[in-house]
Amino acid sequence: MQSFTYERAASAEQAAAAVAARPDAKFISGGTNLLDLMKLEIERPAHLVDISRLPLDRIEETAEGGLRVGAQVRNSDLAADPRVRSRYPMLTQALLAGASGQIRNKASTSGNLLQRTRCPYFYDRNMPCNKREQGSGCAALQGFNRMHAVLGASEACIAVHSSDMAVAMSGLDARIETISPGGETRTIPIGDFHRLPEATPHVETVLGHGEMIAAVTLPSPPPGRQVYRKVRDRASYAFALVSVAAIVETSGDRIRSARIAMGGVAAKPWRATEAERTLAGAAASDGAFTDAAEAALAGAVGHGGNDFKIPLAKRTMRHTLAAAAESA
Amino acid sequence: MTETKTSENRPSEPRNGVIGRPIDRIDGPLKVTGDATYAYENALDGTAYGYILGAAVAKGRIAEIDTAEAERAPAVLLVMTHRNAPAQPDFGPAVTPTVPEVFTRARPALNSERVRYYDEPVALVVAETFEAARAAAGLIKVRYDEAPGVYDLPGHKADAYAPKRTNAGFETDSVVGDFESAFAAAPVKIDATYRTPFEHHNPMEPHATLAAWSGNELTIHTSAQTLANFRAGVASTLRIPPERVRIVSPFIGGGFGSKLIAHADTILAALAAQFLQRPVKIALTRQQMFANAGHRAEMIQQVRLGADTDGRLTGIAHDVWSATSSFEEYCEQTAVFARSLYAAPDRVTRHRLVPLDINRGEWMRSPGEAPGMLAFECAMDELAERLGLDPIELRIRNEPAQDPERGVPFSTRNLVACMEEGARRFGWVRREPTPGRTREGRKLIGYGMAAAIRPNYIGAATARVAIDRDGRVTARLDMTDIGTGTYTILTQIAAESLGVPISSVKVELGDSRFPRTAGSGGSWGAASAGSALHNACNALKQRILEAAQSSEASPLRGANATEASFADSEVRVGQQSAGLADLIRRIAPAGFEAEGSVAPGATTESYKAYSQHSYGAHFAEVAVDCDTGEIRMRRMLAVMGAGRILNAKTARSQIIGGMTWGIGAALMEQTVLDPRYGHFVNHDLAEYHVPINGDVPEMEVVFLEEHDDKANPLGAKGLGELGVCGAGAAVANAIYNATGVRVREFPITLDKVLPALPVIAI
Ligand SMILES: Cc1cc2nc3c(=O)[nH]c(=O)nc-3n(C[C@H](O)[C@H](O)[C@H](O)COP(=O)(O)OP(=O)(O)OC[C@H]3O[C@@H](n4cnc5c(N)ncnc54)[C@H](O)[C@@H]3O)c2cc1C
Ligand code: SF4
Repeated sequence: MQSFTYERAASAEQAAAAVAARPDAKFISGGTNLLDLMKLEIERPAHLVDISRLPLDRIEETAEGGLRVGAQVRNSDLAADPRVRSRYPMLTQALLAGASGQIRNKASTSGNLLQRTRCPYFYDRNMPCNKREQGSGCAALQGFNRMHAVLGASEACIAVHSSDMAVAMSGLDARIETISPGGETRTIPIGDFHRLPEATPHVETVLGHGEMIAAVTLPSPPPGRQVYRKVRDRASYAFALVSVAAIVETSGDRIRSARIAMGGVAAKPWRATEAERTLAGAAASDGAFTDAAEAALAGAVGHGGNDFKIPLAKRTMRHTLAAAAESA
Repeated sequence: MTETKTSENRPSEPRNGVIGRPIDRIDGPLKVTGDATYAYENALDGTAYGYILGAAVAKGRIAEIDTAEAERAPAVLLVMTHRNAPAQPDFGPAVTPTVPEVFTRARPALNSERVRYYDEPVALVVAETFEAARAAAGLIKVRYDEAPGVYDLPGHKADAYAPKRTNAGFETDSVVGDFESAFAAAPVKIDATYRTPFEHHNPMEPHATLAAWSGNELTIHTSAQTLANFRAGVASTLRIPPERVRIVSPFIGGGFGSKLIAHADTILAALAAQFLQRPVKIALTRQQMFANAGHRAEMIQQVRLGADTDGRLTGIAHDVWSATSSFEEYCEQTAVFARSLYAAPDRVTRHRLVPLDINRGEWMRSPGEAPGMLAFECAMDELAERLGLDPIELRIRNEPAQDPERGVPFSTRNLVACMEEGARRFGWVRREPTPGRTREGRKLIGYGMAAAIRPNYIGAATARVAIDRDGRVTARLDMTDIGTGTYTILTQIAAESLGVPISSVKVELGDSRFPRTAGSGGSWGAASAGSALHNACNALKQRILEAAQSSEASPLRGANATEASFADSEVRVGQQSAGLADLIRRIAPAGFEAEGSVAPGATTESYKAYSQHSYGAHFAEVAVDCDTGEIRMRRMLAVMGAGRILNAKTARSQIIGGMTWGIGAALMEQTVLDPRYGHFVNHDLAEYHVPINGDVPEMEVVFLEEHDDKANPLGAKGLGELGVCGAGAAVANAIYNATGVRVREFPITLDKVLPALPVIAI
């Protein structure tokens, strides 16, 4: 780890200004991801602005009937909030399926959205990795890529975004509120927040330098039953091989609407809009769920070690949709 | 739940003593309150901190190394590379002339510009703080001349060679009769090839050392399983007499075989401490442990079984191809257990090695049986199915009357009793023999079983025991407690032997100044150190009695000592008795001291006359998700026959720990060696999966009542590794029973079963 200077931010505006003032500065929140990366010198900020004690740790009702979650709300607290548990159960399920109890106690809402990939080549400074070092190549493409993306990847990078929380938020159409150094705020739909790798895998979101996440807003809960299903290599404390967040609204035997997001398959939480379209108005049947799963993975490409994710994602989605439609 | 069952055919010990009782760990309170000091936690005035920089390539030479910036960095005291490291002996040949030299040979570090494996130390930075050392290490610039290396076992299987011996000195091959003809003629055959991956021990406490010199005496606080080996290895590397090296290791946060020899942290701390004339502390990071602290090598195993239609084995062949290091040979004795487990007239076992450009493999819990039984006990399951026989019945039909390899009787062998007792408790009759038929909701359910065997070793050991005028007993030996409960069982042995309460006994371990033992490894610790202490206590009692008979001040003067007993803090001779402390105060106010020893097992008459192993049977129930292929354990049972149980609680802990290793080996443990770069890709605990609590189901452990009087004076046998042996195969066999998919490539992850799982209607 390189030496760095440290300051504790007094306010959100001041934090944003402090980071903006130096190209080598970064925000630190719970530190559960950033510190690991700093120890390995994958991240080398020379200055840290600690935002973990800013008063952004409240969950508030919004006028539209949703919740506004402060950037500093801990993953454990968000999962346990009674309003979240009753109105956004799949968000609680997703949070509790992530990391470990200790990490969730430290991890913040904003840090979770901005956690970096777990690609093992990204984590080893001796390996080529375009995300870590632009233009050095991608060791995972021809290497051990069991955990990697099957959707939206590029020749430059096939890493996945490994958050569970963000997948549920994507299905819930969450909006991310930011504050910039000058005090301006903007709201970014979660679907536009993370970027696909294309030729610039090191650019992971649309945030500008010094732009700070202040909150995440959840619109009023959409109608339908919510289910988050995470498939992993052990019972807990493992990243998703694939995950599916599904909200299915039925009326009699018919599906009125569905919202589906997938994790573990792409560099961002992957909203399966094609699958949603095939389901709208369809009979709630095995056939419809299977078709939706096929549609969701239609463009999927495996890279050898992760080929299995395509059938796995389809099977998981089919069953998760059925569970959300209460037909399984 | 644990139980000790009495079986009528076994002699049973009187159970009024403290040996066997499930008492809590003596060192437990120290550990949970943080008062047990582990190697890296030791503090000495003026300690400096080291950080090792590892090679960025797996093979080649250092063409250029620029340390100038690191040397100028704040608080840096020393940057050591091959250019300025003190002279050390060359590493020497890949195979040592004798087996013990594997443990005592010099293991130089930073002694050459050659790079032999990825992450091999290329520099050491020592600074006033760990952070300063680590930051400065990042400033060192190294340019390598990279050479092409070999990192792919299956691709180089044709280059395999036959080593001169396996680990622990076993014969490389064994041939009895003519397997090929027997196999050709066998009406029922299995020919199956299994693959087991690289695995890493990952003890909770990383390898760490604090080294300090005082004049020409070196003290090393480290995390070591066998102090005598560490001492000898350090002494040969530093070219100093072993008497000048003291190893201190009272608490060890797990070893699993990865702490039998000194690694770079120890050697470099000693060298740097000498160079700087200050104490130096070095720990390997978790990531560094993957390349620098040993592993279990990747293997390909072909098992061929021939049987007659009644299920009697006519031929057994177990062929193993294992990765080894190009510069130091390590051949795990993977097929050796197959020489004694089942009877068959024609048998062959062979070990072959493929050298890769990686660091050496090391002993990893249950070397041999862990990977070997994973393959072999699955092959037995495959054979049982082909024969239409129950897997337990198949094993019973092949139960040998005497050791098939050595032709000598067994000391004790309760394999059949273990299987039968296990079947009864587990509800084995409920197992559906046709796989893939049992479903609960969207889960496929399966049962599996496997046998367990592990040889009983005794290593040379001496213990010293003293009693003072207050009746307080102190036992000292250079034994270690690697988390297994050694402090506790040794306390129980001394307390029972001398007839004093546990609270009067203090056991001191982990200091090379104490009498020498074989340390902890190979499951020999409890039986070896325990027998030495038992003998030491007998010698002490003898000494006390002699003085009691002859001393003028003794109330027992002239008594006939042949009838003496020590119990309830008293010495009783016939009708007479005296308080132990009171007696000592009268006859020897300075107290008494005595030593006791055991000879290495292999040299004893009893070992030559009897085949000595521990046995057991594992049972597992798994559930496989039809939609995702996720495999989760539902319950496990182990029934063990392992001689006398010294402490029912610590013994159970050993077995459930071993069963958990079985889950890991069957379902998730695997280190991936990248064939392009020669590095272990998933080298941290987020990506290298071991079972976590959620993966470990309800586990039941049952010990059959046993007392193996051929094994040692205590009647105990090794069991620290027995829990691993066969446990993974029981899980794998349960997966087959659940799904009908036979996965022969471990670990059995969901992607390997998924394609064969039926799509079940919603
Ligand atoms: C072993 C392990 C297992 C894990 N398993 C899972 C898992 O299964 N599922 C899962 O979802 N996650 C998992 N995680 C990841 C975990 O969820 C993240 O580490 C955590 O959410 C990060 O939050 P933090 O507050 O600690 O972020 P930090 O480490 O403090 O920050 C992360 C990044 O976000 C930036 N940042 C933080 N807050 C802001 C802000 N308000 N505005 C702008 N930038 C900001 C920081 O600069 C930094 O770059 C795991 C982590 C570990 C270590
Ligand atoms: S997948 Fe992305 S993160 Fe991984 S090595 Fe390739 S470029 Fe780096």
